[in-house]
Amino acid sequence: MREGRLLPYLLIAPSVLFLTGLFLFPLGQTALLAFQQGGSWGLGNFHRMADDLNFGDAMANTFKVVLLAVPLQLALALAMTMMLRQVRRGRDILVWIWSIPLGISDLAAGLVWLAILTDQGWFNSALFQLGLISSPQAWLTYETPLALLAAIVIAEIWRATAIVFVILLAGVQLLPKEYEEAAEVFGATAWQRFMRITLPLLKPSIQTALILRTVLAFEMFAMALALGGRNFPVLVSEAFNWQYQSQDYGVAAAYAVLVMAISIAATLVYLVALRVPAEQRA
Amino acid sequence: MASITIERVAKSFGEVQALAEVNLTVADGEFVALLGPSGCGKTTLLRIIAGLEAQSRGRVLIGERDVSDLPPRKRGLAMVFQNYAVFPHLTVFENVAFGLRMAKADKARVLAQVEKAASLLHIEGLLKRYPAQLSGGQRQRVAVARALAVEPAVLLMDEPLSNLDALLRLEMRAELKGVLAQAGTTTLYVTHDQTEAMGLADRIAVMHGGRIEQVGTPSDIYDRPRTRFVGGFVGNPPMNFLDLPVRDGKADLGGMTFPVPAGSGSQVLLGLRGEDIVPASEGEPGFVFTLRVAELLGPQFLLTGSAAGGQPMRVVLPAGGTLPPLTPGTDLRLKPDVARLSWIGGDGIALEQRS
Amino acid sequence: MNPRPSRFDRALFFTGLAVLCVWTLLPIYLLALGALGGRDIVSQWPKPFAPFSVALDTLRTFLAIDGVWRATWVSVKAAAMTMVMALAMGVPAGYALARFRFRGSGAYRILILMTRAFPVAILALPLTVSFIRLGVYDTPFGVALVHAVLATPFATLVCASLFMGIPREFEEAAWVFGCSRFTGFIKVVLPLALPGIAAASIFAFVLSWNEVFAASVLTVRQRPLTAFLLSVLSESPLHLQFAGGLILIVPSVLFIFLVRRRLFAMWGIGNR
Repeated sequence: MREGRLLPYLLIAPSVLFLTGLFLFPLGQTALLAFQQGGSWGLGNFHRMADDLNFGDAMANTFKVVLLAVPLQLALALAMTMMLRQVRRGRDILVWIWSIPLGISDLAAGLVWLAILTDQGWFNSALFQLGLISSPQAWLTYETPLALLAAIVIAEIWRATAIVFVILLAGVQLLPKEYEEAAEVFGATAWQRFMRITLPLLKPSIQTALILRTVLAFEMFAMALALGGRNFPVLVSEAFNWQYQSQDYGVAAAYAVLVMAISIAATLVYLVALRVPAEQRA
Repeated sequence: MASITIERVAKSFGEVQALAEVNLTVADGEFVALLGPSGCGKTTLLRIIAGLEAQSRGRVLIGERDVSDLPPRKRGLAMVFQNYAVFPHLTVFENVAFGLRMAKADKARVLAQVEKAASLLHIEGLLKRYPAQLSGGQRQRVAVARALAVEPAVLLMDEPLSNLDALLRLEMRAELKGVLAQAGTTTLYVTHDQTEAMGLADRIAVMHGGRIEQVGTPSDIYDRPRTRFVGGFVGNPPMNFLDLPVRDGKADLGGMTFPVPAGSGSQVLLGLRGEDIVPASEGEPGFVFTLRVAELLGPQFLLTGSAAGGQPMRVVLPAGGTLPPLTPGTDLRLKPDVARLSWIGGDGIALEQRS
Repeated sequence: MNPRPSRFDRALFFTGLAVLCVWTLLPIYLLALGALGGRDIVSQWPKPFAPFSVALDTLRTFLAIDGVWRATWVSVKAAAMTMVMALAMGVPAGYALARFRFRGSGAYRILILMTRAFPVAILALPLTVSFIRLGVYDTPFGVALVHAVLATPFATLVCASLFMGIPREFEEAAWVFGCSRFTGFIKVVLPLALPGIAAASIFAFVLSWNEVFAASVLTVRQRPLTAFLLSVLSESPLHLQFAGGLILIVPSVLFIFLVRRRLFAMWGIGNR
């Protein structure tokens, strides 16, 4: 067919134009904004960003949440995936329940856990009824940084394990079960099968899940705002504040560049560390 | 080395009965093929022996040991899977060594066993490669080598050749027979391909509808099918079955009469292989066969038509001899080889026709 | 796979399943209690765990707040526009990826995958200025534009894998019997891919419905629900925040229910 030459380009043209205008162009713009100040190039915005009182906290908080939440999410999602494989009846309903948080925004998740962890919330009520505390306790203030961090990590795990779970389950369903059966026949215990067969074969799915999850975790901010208010600054919430409260687009852009740099670095690390050479693919 | 004993093994999936009380013994060093159409329960039976599926009732013994409740890894067997299940993330060497590694064999033994199995299957040159770099036939060899490397007491094979193309299948079949004879491993081999079963096995167990219909040597199965199903499933073309009236202990085929063994009623089913029929010469007794289609298949003709009151029949005649004209619609006079008749009663099971 | 796991193992296993279900559902239930339990429940101590009196007061109060309805409506509009844009661009692009081998398809795939490695919402920051100039700042359409950057690559990949799952021969048969490429696509491919496309569009909708950052940055008065809730977070009473949270969650949960059978088909593609 003669149309065949041009047709694919016509088909992708709208999305290419769109993504150029609203993805690549602002990407460049962000970089420009971040590296320019008063019309001249420089790192001024980054200096002002780094000199800000909240910068250190925001950086530390972001990394703490990502480094605590992401591995736990992966472990939990793996456990859920492996358990679901053993379920015969009611798989559908379990999958639905476990993937519900997939549809919940970080803001809504923050509000959910706020309802539980606020002074007079259900967590304290439960502790009270168990006789562990005698009056409402505050968990989400600057005086209880560990509890606040724990709350945000827990809320993050609650919200975003679902996406890891769904990606892993999709990957597991593509694995022929004969691999594990063969391993079992040849003497591997359940743990050995998991470590030597299932986990290595799931690498591509794990890679996808980790990239997506880590990028999104660095983007998290509404949950931190809902639970910690200004007590728990993260990188993106700082960008938000510079843009909004201070109307300083340059520093906000510097934050954006920083977050993007970290995200890309993390992605590259995953791409290399979890690379599956072509000849080892199923 | 060990025997396999299957005692009254049954399996149901909910309402569906997959296996109905199966008994089978595979002697030490013997090669038995489980032959049957898809859905007959042969793979289920194999998986129960492997421990990948739990039986609903009955026992499985390997050697003298009751393994019914043991997990697969404690049963001391090896298996070749239909799609090979060669691990894509491990090299050929590590694939072949897998069972030995699981058994915590020492380095020297792993090396020795892998080399032995690899040379048996001619894959020495491939040990460093990954499965994705191998052809289907080579992967098949790796799967067999992996099974033989652990020197299993019992080897199970689930349609191991069905994913190969026709030519390769023929080649692997011959080679497999040689390799397994050399290894002397007790082997249970699941297949739906009768020529594979005939060519490879010491004995064949024909399965149908969750039951074993007949166990016997290939020639037993072919010459003396115990049931109508076996006669129809084994052989190409399948055995002809003609419904014949019985009078005074004799069956009547278009004017020819044959003595029928005791036990039949007024009707009997005659099982007759297409190649056991020859043209009747002038003056000889014979029956009328109405030819519909004649096909030349290399050394022989396959004739499709009807006999004994319009019942379908296929006849195989050698192409070389003197043949009557094979125009569709002609009537031919044929006669069966009287020594090779099978008589089947109303229940579908062969009547005892030989003393 | 072990033929007969012990009774203890099974009990442990089912307990694990149950715990995970409770872990997922209980927080939502508690939020619902907070949102539906009436005005008193917020100040009650200790809080009850059973729904002693379900009153729709709080929700009603919340919805009566100036701007809530409007914010919800803005959210719906932005999400619907996101969905339409993602499909309008994703379906043809997915078809191109699935059916043609063309120069530059690799580069195009990289562009698509790049959107995953970048926190896209942050790109809303520099867009503020150009959006003001273009007159789409503070409109649902402007929000939808940014959300479509998130949703289009996703829709493209989902559609590509859907179309790849439909044998080329079906289309070729349609051409032989007189269809053009376009009518062949409409009559043969589209009906077969429709359930998957529906699921993808639901996903695009939820994605926009849930997004907070770009929605907050790009609006002032015409705020989508998430942006509205975020802006009143510090000043509104708790029970109203809970009500807002519940209203955010309910549609998402329903959507996930609708697409539950397609979740894997949609995320499995991430592995390629």
